[in-house]
Amino acid sequence: MSSDSTADGKFGEYGGQYVPEALMPAIEELRDAYERYVLENEDGFMDEFRERLRDFGGRPTPLQHAEHLSDRYGREIYLKREDLLHGGAHKLNNALGQVLLAKYMGKERIVAETGAGQHGTATAMAAAHLDMPCEIYMGETDIGRQRPNVFRMRINGAELNPVTAGRGTLKEAISETMRDWATNVDDTHYVVGSVVGPAPFPEMVREFQSVISEEARKQSREKFGTLPDSVVACAGGGSNTMGAFARFVDDEDVNLLAVEAGGSSLAVDEEEGVAPNSASLSTGGQGVLHGARTKVLQDEWGQIVESHSVSAGLDYAGVGPELAHLVDEDRVDAVNVGDDAALEAFHRLSQEEGIIPALESAHALAFLEQVLGPAADGDDEAADDLGDRIVVNLSGRGDKDLETVIEETDKRDIPNAPDMSEFAGGL
Amino acid sequence: MSRLPEAFAGDDPAFIPYLAVGDPDLPSSKAYVEALVKGGADCIELGLPFSEPIAEGPTIQQAVVRSLSGGITPEAYFEFVDDLDVDVPLVCMTYYNLLFRYGAESGTKAGEGDYEAPGPRPFVKRAAEVGIDGFVIPDLPAEEADELRAACDEFDLDLVFIVAPTTTDDRLATIREQVSGYVYVQARLGVTGAQADVSDQTAESLARIADWDVPKAVGFGISSGDHAARVVSAGADGIIVGSALVDIVADGVENDRPTADVAADLREKARELKRGAVRGARESPEAQGE
Repeated sequence: MSSDSTADGKFGEYGGQYVPEALMPAIEELRDAYERYVLENEDGFMDEFRERLRDFGGRPTPLQHAEHLSDRYGREIYLKREDLLHGGAHKLNNALGQVLLAKYMGKERIVAETGAGQHGTATAMAAAHLDMPCEIYMGETDIGRQRPNVFRMRINGAELNPVTAGRGTLKEAISETMRDWATNVDDTHYVVGSVVGPAPFPEMVREFQSVISEEARKQSREKFGTLPDSVVACAGGGSNTMGAFARFVDDEDVNLLAVEAGGSSLAVDEEEGVAPNSASLSTGGQGVLHGARTKVLQDEWGQIVESHSVSAGLDYAGVGPELAHLVDEDRVDAVNVGDDAALEAFHRLSQEEGIIPALESAHALAFLEQVLGPAADGDDEAADDLGDRIVVNLSGRGDKDLETVIEETDKRDIPNAPDMSEFAGGL
Repeated sequence: MSRLPEAFAGDDPAFIPYLAVGDPDLPSSKAYVEALVKGGADCIELGLPFSEPIAEGPTIQQAVVRSLSGGITPEAYFEFVDDLDVDVPLVCMTYYNLLFRYGAESGTKAGEGDYEAPGPRPFVKRAAEVGIDGFVIPDLPAEEADELRAACDEFDLDLVFIVAPTTTDDRLATIREQVSGYVYVQARLGVTGAQADVSDQTAESLARIADWDVPKAVGFGISSGDHAARVVSAGADGIIVGSALVDIVADGVENDRPTADVAADLREKARELKRGAVRGARESPEAQGE
C-alpha cells in the first residue's frame, strides 16, 4: 500500500464511517469484499478488472509530451491522457472496478450519484457492459448544464432520477443516493464516484484509480529515465487527484499539487450560505459530510454551504479524507485557480495542443499558467516546486463542457477565446 | 441529569413524537410542542435541522428546508429549548457535524499552532444547560461515538442508538455497550416517512433485543393509532412518530392555516397515537398472559 490507511478507514484524523446504522452491515460486507477481491485478488478479480480496463477501457492511456506547452513554460510538460480512456474521463477506472466488485458480491442492482455526469456516464457504461440494472441520481441544475452526459446515460440504458433538493448539484445527489442505498441495501451496491464517503470507499476508489499513477510512473521512466519532479491534478472530490498521486506518495522527491476550483472568490458568504468556490482543501474546516470526517465548506455552525465552480465536476463542498490528510501532512500542496483562469487554460490547450480538455482538467493546466506563464504571479517557490519535468493529469475531455464554455466565455473577457458570436444562433 | 427514564416509568407505553424545531418558525414550534404534550407525549424528539439530512425521507427533508430558510441555528434552537415550559424529557435529534462544529474555531489545519480540533463536548455542555436529556444522531454509528458518549457521561445525558433490520449480532453487542435512555428500533429499511402499513420486521427486531435493560421504542413509518397498537403489542415499550405529524405541519404551511388550528390537529393526532399504543399494551401477549 503506497499511502496511509488502517483497518478502521482513518487517514490521520480524517475518514471513518459516519452513516446510518442500516448501512453499516453493507459497509462491513463491502470492506470484506474489497479486502478479498481487490487486495488479495481472490477468484482472479484483479486479473479480470485489468483485462477489462485494457480491452473495454483502452488502457494504458498515453503519457504525452506536450510540445507547445513545454515551449511556452520552458519546462517539460507531460500530459497523462485520461481523456482518452473510454467514456472520455478517468471515471471508468473506478466505475468498472466497483460494478465488477458488485457482481462478485452477488448484488443485483447499481445506484450512483453524478455531478458533471462523467461518473454517471462511466457507471452506466460499466453497468451495461457487465449487464447490471443501474439507476443514477443527478441534481436538476447539473442535468440542465450537462445534457450530453444525460443523453449518454439514458442511451446506455440507465434510469436517471433528477434530484430537486437544495441547489440540485452533486451534494444533494449524494444524499439522495445514500437514501436509496439505505432503502435497498440488501441487493444494491452504491458506486460512489469519488474518494469520498464512508470507509472503505475512499481507499477502494483510490486503489481503482491508482492505475493512473502506476502507469505514469512506469511511462516516466520509459520516456525520460526517471520520475517526474511534480504531478499536478485538479481536485474536486479528489478521485483523479488520488489516482494520479497514489503511487508517487512514497517518492518524496516528487511534488504533488492538488489544484482546486477557486470559483469567483475564496470567501464564504455566511449570510447566503454560499461559497463561490469549491476549495475545501484550501479554505474548508474539519467537518463530517457524507460519511467521512474531512475538510468541508461550511458556515460557522457546521451547516454545509453550497459550493460553486464553472466546472460541474469540481463543484462539491467536501473532499476525500485521504487528500485532506496528505495536505495536513504537507505531502500534497493545495492550490487553487479561479473560473476565468480555467476557461483561458481550456482555450489554450485546445488551440496549442489540439486537445479539448474537461473544465475540471483545465484547472490543473491553469495552475501552470499562473506560476510559469508570461504573466506569472512571481511565486518562485511554486515555480521551484514544479521542477523541470511536470506530469499533468488530463483527467477528461471537454466535449461535455462545450455549451458551458461558450456561454461562460461569452459572459467574460477571456482574451484567447475564439469569437463564436457568428454561430451562436445555430448552436 | 437525564429525565429519560421518566418517559418509560408509567404503566402505559411511551409516545415519543418528533418535530423539526423552527418549522415553519419558532413560535409555531412552541405551540406545536405544547399541543403534543397535551395530546399525551411522554418525551419529545426535537429535531435540529442540518443541511444534509441523509436519513430522512421527503416529508422531514422539506421540514428541514422550511426551518433552515427561517434561519434556525443551533444557538436559536438552544434558546428555544431553554424557553420551553413543558414537563417531559427532551431528546435532541440532529446530525453529527452540528455537534462536532459547535464552538469550534474556524482554523483549518490539525497540528498547527494552538489549533484545537473540533469535538462534540461544547454542544453537549450547552444542551445540558438548556434541559436536553439525550441525543439521537442518525449518522453516528456506535464505532464513531466514543467522544460523544464520553461527553454525555460527563453531563449525565443519554445517547440513543438506532437498531436497524440489517444490524448484525456483532453490531448489536457494540450498540448495547454504548446505548442509554432508550434504543430506537428502526421498523423497516429506508428513510423516515409515514407508511400505509407497519413492517413485520418489527417483531423480529424486538425479539433480538428482548433481554436488553433499556426501553425499546419503535419508529419509521408509524402513522396511525392502529400502527401504534400493533407495534406495542409486538413488544415495544414506546413508539416514535415523526413524518405523520410533520405532514400536519406541512399541510398548515401549504394552506396557510392558523397556528392554533394546526396545533389542535397535532393534539388530536397525538391522542390517536397514544390511545393506540395503550390499546396495544392491553393486547400484547404479555398482558394477555397476566
